[in-house]
Amino acid sequence: MAQAAIELIGINKSFGAVRANRDINLEVARGTIHGIVGENGAGKSTLMSILYGFYQADSGEIHVGGKPVSINTSNDAIALGIGMVHQHFMLVDNFTVLENIILGAENDVLLKSSIAKARSELDRLEREYGLEVDPDAVIEELPVGLQQRVEILKALYRGAEILILDEPTGVLTPAEADHLFRILKQLKEQGKTIVLITHKLREIMAITDTVSVMRQGTMVATRVTKETTVGELAELMVGRRVLLRVEKGQSEAGAIKLSVKNLTVKDSRGVTMVDNVSFDVRGGEIVGIAGVAGNGQSELLEAISGIRHAVSGEVMLEGKPIDLTGKADPGELRDRGLAHVPEDRHHVGLVLAFEENENSILGYHDDERYLKGPFLDVDAIMADAKDKIEKYDIRPGNPRLKTANFSGGNQQKIVLAREMEQDPGVLIVGQPTRGVDVGAIEFIHKRLIAMRDQGKAVLVVSVELDEIRSLSDRILVMFAGRVVGERGPDATEGELGLLMAGVEHQEAAE
Amino acid sequence: MSTPYTKLPAWADYGLIPLINLSVAFIVAGFVVMLVGENPFRAAVILVDGAFGKGTGIAFTLFYATTFIFTGLSVAVAAHCSLFNIGTEGQAYIGGLGIALVCLSLDSVLPWWAIFPIAIVAAAAFGALWGLIPAYLQAKRGSHIVITTIMFNFIAASVMVYLLVGALKPAGSQAPQTRNFLAGAELPKLNWIIELFGAKIRSAPLNICFLLALVMAFLVWLLIWRTRLGYEMRTYGHSPKAARYAGISETRIIITAMMISGALAGMMALNPVMGDQHNVAIDFVSGAGYVGIAVALMGRLHPVGIVLAAILFGMLYQGGAELAFEMPAISRDMIVIIQGLVILFAGALEHMFRPYIQALFASVSPKSVGMQAVNGKGA
Repeated sequence: MAQAAIELIGINKSFGAVRANRDINLEVARGTIHGIVGENGAGKSTLMSILYGFYQADSGEIHVGGKPVSINTSNDAIALGIGMVHQHFMLVDNFTVLENIILGAENDVLLKSSIAKARSELDRLEREYGLEVDPDAVIEELPVGLQQRVEILKALYRGAEILILDEPTGVLTPAEADHLFRILKQLKEQGKTIVLITHKLREIMAITDTVSVMRQGTMVATRVTKETTVGELAELMVGRRVLLRVEKGQSEAGAIKLSVKNLTVKDSRGVTMVDNVSFDVRGGEIVGIAGVAGNGQSELLEAISGIRHAVSGEVMLEGKPIDLTGKADPGELRDRGLAHVPEDRHHVGLVLAFEENENSILGYHDDERYLKGPFLDVDAIMADAKDKIEKYDIRPGNPRLKTANFSGGNQQKIVLAREMEQDPGVLIVGQPTRGVDVGAIEFIHKRLIAMRDQGKAVLVVSVELDEIRSLSDRILVMFAGRVVGERGPDATEGELGLLMAGVEHQEAAE
Repeated sequence: MSTPYTKLPAWADYGLIPLINLSVAFIVAGFVVMLVGENPFRAAVILVDGAFGKGTGIAFTLFYATTFIFTGLSVAVAAHCSLFNIGTEGQAYIGGLGIALVCLSLDSVLPWWAIFPIAIVAAAAFGALWGLIPAYLQAKRGSHIVITTIMFNFIAASVMVYLLVGALKPAGSQAPQTRNFLAGAELPKLNWIIELFGAKIRSAPLNICFLLALVMAFLVWLLIWRTRLGYEMRTYGHSPKAARYAGISETRIIITAMMISGALAGMMALNPVMGDQHNVAIDFVSGAGYVGIAVALMGRLHPVGIVLAAILFGMLYQGGAELAFEMPAISRDMIVIIQGLVILFAGALEHMFRPYIQALFASVSPKSVGMQAVNGKGA
């Protein structure tokens, strides 16, 4: 094996009583792609922040290229050839690519000379690594995948030999993710060392050479990727066996509960987002809508739940039409048995500044159960919140805690508990497990299937193809606002992937 | 990114931090006093003694505080719905018009206890109406409430000048104000309460509006944290998208919140008009609406905090007047500087010392910042 590019020895870091990192040892070999996996809060980001100089370790040593170093600021890290690509891009939206690249590395009072120098250097980097980006394009006009490429170029421009990528595919479409992986492989061939932080095990299997697993602040294992399996890694991450694919029986589809006919939705600029979509959801079945993000799924959900105006078409809920003018009262739809778990739980499904118990009644706050006249029945609300916390295993189990302080998975459980416990006839769910840990994913999937088995109609929209395949009884694929195909749960990933990419081949036409 | 999750215990959040901010404001004010060649310690003694030293001083302090409680509550109610109501000044001014109409027409017929409830309703209604127009423009037309409420302060001032030099002025009078109300529109004083504690009061305007202000503070607490309407206002205030999802009508909630805010502002006028001056004079609000913004911010939008902040500002008003009188080098303008410093440190720079205090708490007693509860993860 090659010489270690980075070696971390006995790293400890505490925030007050929380030991975010304890006795971490990590060795990353030069010229390899090293994955670090773990659930949210396992300490991955803290460890990388120590390496990049955002935090200082309480104890422990960092060796770079075999020599002990001290990294106190990100400038120290850059000087040692460490570059970081952040989960949330650190780019100035209204600057050009070139301006962003030299930001923080301007060498002169006047920009002209550094820009000229940067342009030729950027040109060289682009050719060397196949990272084509128009240097004069403005960031906000670039798709996310290209913005990420600019982040990588920024690090390379500063002479990075070691690249750290923090959850790089969270914002990418599958195609963009594939492209990113090709770039990373190319960088590896050129001798760069790459550290990839993620909680997606498939990515680890697809691209890394070595993988280290973190759990609750400790490094629990390091494996050679070829010699391990997704199942083993998941078990190491969570600390117990995890069902990656939930078991479910045959669906017993009943009467049509939700019916969408010729629905067309346009956005504020007049662009057609949902184009003449029709489908039915029956009681006792889960219908999954697959598709790359941005192909009209969000708009479809919003129109069905009465939040967004639809240009034409019809949506019937239990045989009665829904007001599609965008002025529908979501409260009235709830009364009619439509529950909605929105895609964006941070801004729509929850008020993060509220206490947990306050969020557990959002949307149902005018229900008589929670009111005494014009007043909130605090005792009833608390009892109800405690009940849901127990049933859905929401942790920490404190209904007075601010919602922002719950982890992503537990926040999602708060929303699901609220919507499912209303005993709705129709449940529509957007991105049921986005940003949710492996352990909670299993729980959420089981709950959704339990809803189905109770005879509810469930509509799930997700960009995670695995999720759609494991949950759905029928799969609809959306592309460019249209439903381009319907498949059974046994459809292969390749088949669905082609439909998602808009390729209508022979079989798709049948 | 893992950011250390820290939360201060409530007593530090609501007690210690405001106290530190306040102390810094007074220390900086002390330097200003030194600059003009006076002894800052003597100035501080005069200020505090002027506000709380004698019965009369206490009564004046609480009289000013009454005014600021109303305007502070007004700003806070709107702020919980994420509406920045800068129009408290104008809403209070127009509230005074409502009171004037009630008192001028009824003061010869009814006793104070019959006029008072009618005047409360009139003040609230006029203030609410003055809040309604900007609210409607915000909800229906998207005109920003900050801009429209500032404009409405000027409109209110112009309307009142027009009326006070015209229709409301008694014939033959030179002063731009209504005639003095008769005894029927004079509110009883509360000075006897302070005298119970043995203090002597010569003449001070503290009146039963102080009790009304405390009742309103309690009702605002009830509204914000215990009613469905308050829940909806807070939901909209934190996240308009979540409110839309929850089926809360944007138009209705904006208009309701602004009308309640305007009503509280209008009620502020009861204190100086019926409790002290017994007439409506030009510019009787004199900036109390703007002070209300500082009071609401300093009180962290909580009624208890607002009452305490209002008393602090009452102290600055009363003690400041004494200070200007005792120390000729310190003019009225210097008092405004001191008030400005309090607003700067307690309002605008509210969170300046927070990170240091959090770090201190985290290193001394991790448990107190709730760190064991969650696994060090903010997202």
